[in-house]
Amino acid sequence: MSSDAPVAHSTLAAVDTALLEAVCAIPDPEIPVITLGDLGVVRGLSRRDAHVEVQITPTYCGCPATEMIRSEVLQTLHALGETSAQVRIVLSPAWSSTWISEDGRQKLRAYGIAPPGPSCGGTSIRWMDRRARSAGHDESGLRCPRCDSGEVERLSEFGSTPCKALYRCLACREPFDFFKTL
Amino acid sequence: MLQETDPPTPQPTTGPETPGAVRAATAPPEFVLRWADNALIHSQRLGEWTGHGPVLEEDIALANIALDHLGQARMLLSHAGRLMDPPQTEDDLAYFRDAAAFRNFTALELPNSGVHAARGAQGDYAFTIVRHALYSAYMLAVWERLLAGPDANLAQIAGKAIKETRYHWRHASDWLVKLGDGTEPSHQRMQMALEQFMPYTNEWFALDALDLAFLSRHVTSDCRAHSARSAGDAAPDHAHFSRPDQSHIAPAADSRQPLEALAGGLRAQWLALLEPVLAESTLTWPSPSALLTCGRYGRHGEHLSVLLAELQSVARAHPGAQW
Repeated sequence: MSSDAPVAHSTLAAVDTALLEAVCAIPDPEIPVITLGDLGVVRGLSRRDAHVEVQITPTYCGCPATEMIRSEVLQTLHALGETSAQVRIVLSPAWSSTWISEDGRQKLRAYGIAPPGPSCGGTSIRWMDRRARSAGHDESGLRCPRCDSGEVERLSEFGSTPCKALYRCLACREPFDFFKTL
Repeated sequence: MLQETDPPTPQPTTGPETPGAVRAATAPPEFVLRWADNALIHSQRLGEWTGHGPVLEEDIALANIALDHLGQARMLLSHAGRLMDPPQTEDDLAYFRDAAAFRNFTALELPNSGVHAARGAQGDYAFTIVRHALYSAYMLAVWERLLAGPDANLAQIAGKAIKETRYHWRHASDWLVKLGDGTEPSHQRMQMALEQFMPYTNEWFALDALDLAFLSRHVTSDCRAHSARSAGDAAPDHAHFSRPDQSHIAPAADSRQPLEALAGGLRAQWLALLEPVLAESTLTWPSPSALLTCGRYGRHGEHLSVLLAELQSVARAHPGAQW
């Protein structure tokens, strides 16, 4: 599956394409500046007669927003007249931060959250010795969302939510959240 | 645990992890419960630091790591419960089993204050970091094997969990170095914690037939190639490993000691991660111990009962309550 396009629109009828777009437009409960579509957690929509199923993938196993997302998707479907609707949580393929859209990345940056890097292989989060860390190999391409400086340091691996880490810009001295590469 | 997660239905057509793979075997609930209970009990111990962390960032970090483990526990418990007859929910399994039914390693139920409880109920951060580091390095090897293993449901869960565990390992290894190669008192406390904790890791490599069936790589690759493949490979991409066929469930006649080979392979992966970090942290590997705990067979120490009393008391006082 292409990493940029986890949702397949092409086989849907027009009415279901509209439903899917409505679901994708729901704001993320934790970071409301981006939508579920931007985040890449909507994995598809299928219909059998009057029954609609939306497939959602969680970002992190324990993400508390998953239940919230489920209920908001159901509300949206009900509001659009779908009385028989269900949300199914799918785990595989595991969500990757590469599925966050380019639009979503820009919105995150504007909101003050540094977006994740382009790749998510295991190598990017391997333990590094001090020499590698001090040489700035920590998160390649990570820049301060406020002043765009590349001189940043990690304050904590885990920030206000499981999907974020806490960084500080060494140029403007502001702390900021980094949406972790997963 | 508010609501049951939907079944992680196998989706052979959509997963890039499963190109043409034949995954016929379903691990029995006994095996699934081991990893589910490990995640649940470790989550509870990490969660005990909430509000008591040594610095705010660590307080938040451990709460987040506990949450990752809780999420993993929920998926694994739900999966194990569906395999049972009659089926059980994640809440049935988390809240209404007694200690002897839990299958977690004894190492994970030890209190945060360490084995000797010399530091009282406050918890010893050195002990917590040592456990967190050794366990996350171990789980990287376990998830990687489950991801490539014969059980499609476990492979899906492992595919999510391994990504989180990489971050756990990086967090833990950073602190192993910071505290180990820190001040003289911090070094001493870390070395003491390592010596206290290390004997409890013996259980992690005392494997049985279920491990052999579901943690083995291809039998021949495990016997011959594990050292070449796993040495220095911190988080190997599962795609690099050959897909196991079903022959490993009935061990090949020519592999005389398959359990020892599996334990050796798992330990080699673990050491390849740990050794460079321990070296930089200036900590020394404790001398071997003969202690062998049996938590995964339900024979627990006194600590698990106390932990469960706290974990389960509300659900048991108000069975069926919704909140």
